[in-house]
Amino acid sequence: MLTLRHWTLACLILLASAAATAAGPKAEVIHWWTSGGESAAVKKFSEAYTAAGGVWVDTAIALGEQARSVAINRIIGGNPPTAAQFNTSRQFLDIVEQGMLNNVDEIAIRDGWDKFLPETVLNVVRVKGHFYAAPVNIHMPTWFWYSKAAFKKAGIATEPKSMDEMFVALEKLKAAGLIPLAHGGQPWQENIVFTAVLANVGGTELYLKVMRDRDPAAIQGEAFRTVLSSFKRLQSYVDKGAPGRNWNDATALLITGKAGMQIMGDWAKGEFALAKQTPGKDYGCIPGFGARSPYVIQGDVFVFPKTSDAEAVRAQKLLASVMLAPAVQVEFSNKKGSIPVRTDVDASKLDICAQQGLAIMKDKSRQLGNGEVYLNPDQNGALSDILTAYWNRNVPVEKVQKDIALALRR
Amino acid sequence: MKFRFTRLSAQLVSWAALMPMALTVLVAYLSTVLWSLKVSLTNSRTFPSDEYVGLAQYQRLFDNDRWLLSLENLALYGVLFIAVCMLLGFLLAVFIDQKVRGEGLFRTVFLYPYAMSFVATGLVWQWMLNPGQGIQQALRQAGFEEFSFDWIIDQDKVMYTIVIATVWQASGLVMAMLLAGLRGIDEEIWKAARIDGIPAWRVYISIVLPMLAPSVATVFVLLFTAVIKLFDSVVSMTQGGPGTASEVPAKFIMDHLFGRANIALASAGSIVMLLTVLALVAPFMYARSRANREMGEQ
Repeated sequence: MLTLRHWTLACLILLASAAATAAGPKAEVIHWWTSGGESAAVKKFSEAYTAAGGVWVDTAIALGEQARSVAINRIIGGNPPTAAQFNTSRQFLDIVEQGMLNNVDEIAIRDGWDKFLPETVLNVVRVKGHFYAAPVNIHMPTWFWYSKAAFKKAGIATEPKSMDEMFVALEKLKAAGLIPLAHGGQPWQENIVFTAVLANVGGTELYLKVMRDRDPAAIQGEAFRTVLSSFKRLQSYVDKGAPGRNWNDATALLITGKAGMQIMGDWAKGEFALAKQTPGKDYGCIPGFGARSPYVIQGDVFVFPKTSDAEAVRAQKLLASVMLAPAVQVEFSNKKGSIPVRTDVDASKLDICAQQGLAIMKDKSRQLGNGEVYLNPDQNGALSDILTAYWNRNVPVEKVQKDIALALRR
Repeated sequence: MKFRFTRLSAQLVSWAALMPMALTVLVAYLSTVLWSLKVSLTNSRTFPSDEYVGLAQYQRLFDNDRWLLSLENLALYGVLFIAVCMLLGFLLAVFIDQKVRGEGLFRTVFLYPYAMSFVATGLVWQWMLNPGQGIQQALRQAGFEEFSFDWIIDQDKVMYTIVIATVWQASGLVMAMLLAGLRGIDEEIWKAARIDGIPAWRVYISIVLPMLAPSVATVFVLLFTAVIKLFDSVVSMTQGGPGTASEVPAKFIMDHLFGRANIALASAGSIVMLLTVLALVAPFMYARSRANREMGEQ
């Protein structure tokens, strides 16, 4: 009896150690990429990681907010995943300060992250000189998309090159009986429209003064008032059915030629692609107005929760180096609709919108972060509440300025 | 001696039986309430901190337009929801109490909405109320070109759509509870009323309803807690929109607890909600326990 038990135990130990040596470092990765295009993209990571000798354990949790709170709860609860997705933002700053993340300095220095990462991204992932997150993509949330069919119907010959020209185009679309601006009335989409107006009407300098410096004088100033008024003016070109509409339903209005323009992130390309439309032929993409228009950066990163398990640390390092490899970056971005975090990649494999984006990204002075990069989640949420109330109700613009100044002071 | 022993052991047994629940209340409820209270007095963000900031979070809460609007929405919703649910539930119960044929079927039909998760039925409501694809569109296609029912995208009427959908869900429960009460009414009372020639509606209002008071009180408490907890229907139907027009306190708290990583402000919000509940329910419970005691003494 006793010997039998010993035998079983011995066998189990043997088996376990055999399994451990046969397979490479096991990495459990929490992410929120669950839609069709997104899971195709994350599959590129898991394939690359497997090819590098690791074992990828996929923990996909729908909705970013949900996935992040699961990750944080597991980190606090002492059962952390190997890696967890966050946005390129200040969302993970609190867990860095609590000393709950491992840094990946070894890989970052070996691969020279500081040489190829855009400064905005670098400032987010590098906290007090240590690299705490591996950035994996760059999304641009404020593209102006337009339907070529709708433009033709409204008699618009050339794409707008300034905000004023855009308003002219919107008027023409309205006169042609189309929905001028396709919009989904959800706070985050209103936030995107605001960011686009701030970047393109206000310009880089005002953008940084408001979002990064939270300068009350700038927020209460004349220039910012113009930004807010233009933002509110766009609302008059939105159809009555907008409230609550999902962003992809708004994009569908462009695809079917019912609406003229939409301000949305580059993930909208996935919807056009599903409908078999090609950029430049069926729809147009405008990254911004004018030769100096800023490129707003938003993206995803993976952080590596603290662990002393050597195997897990090895997995974390392998993940960090695989995810940023140039070939993997291009493959991932093609599926995701983003652009790679490094500009030293083969751009010919990207579509023409992404190529335009990558070209702009090469000019450092045109890079800006989105609100999440500069504001903490709390400030960002408070700003979003004010903007969405302003978009939907008649609030005097001076009160909005005062409210924003107050909300960002905290 | 023997008598005292059994009495003692009986008491021990009842205490032992109560212990698990008492512990749950002490550990799971009271201690978390105290913890929330503590956190609400600090400047905690993602993690609880020990840096106390006094009532700053409460001050911030009542400076916040969205929070104030949430409270307003909840008050409007609460009054309408409880009133309509009570009325409709009572009428349904009276209707079924008439010994209609197929009573079992009706009871099931009316109670069914309550058995389903509102996250699912809320989505169905959202589709039905959406002017582009729901009731409005269907009636327009049926020939009523001018028909308009777009409350769900109307800033001033969106709360009513949430009342409609949640009343649909909860009035069945009110019916079931009041029906049980109605069935407990002594048949003799009806006979006496019939002999005196009192019309049935008068019997219901002046005699039956007062006798149902304990059931009505229970229903009220249940509905009241449902109002305070209101969250899933808003999230699945409007996500708080259009704009912030259908925001409610529970959603404000959840948003700040997770997405906005401000557990201090979220805790302050919860404490305010708890105090509101206590302020409204405590006098009511006190009156009830006094009434019970007086009845016991008689």
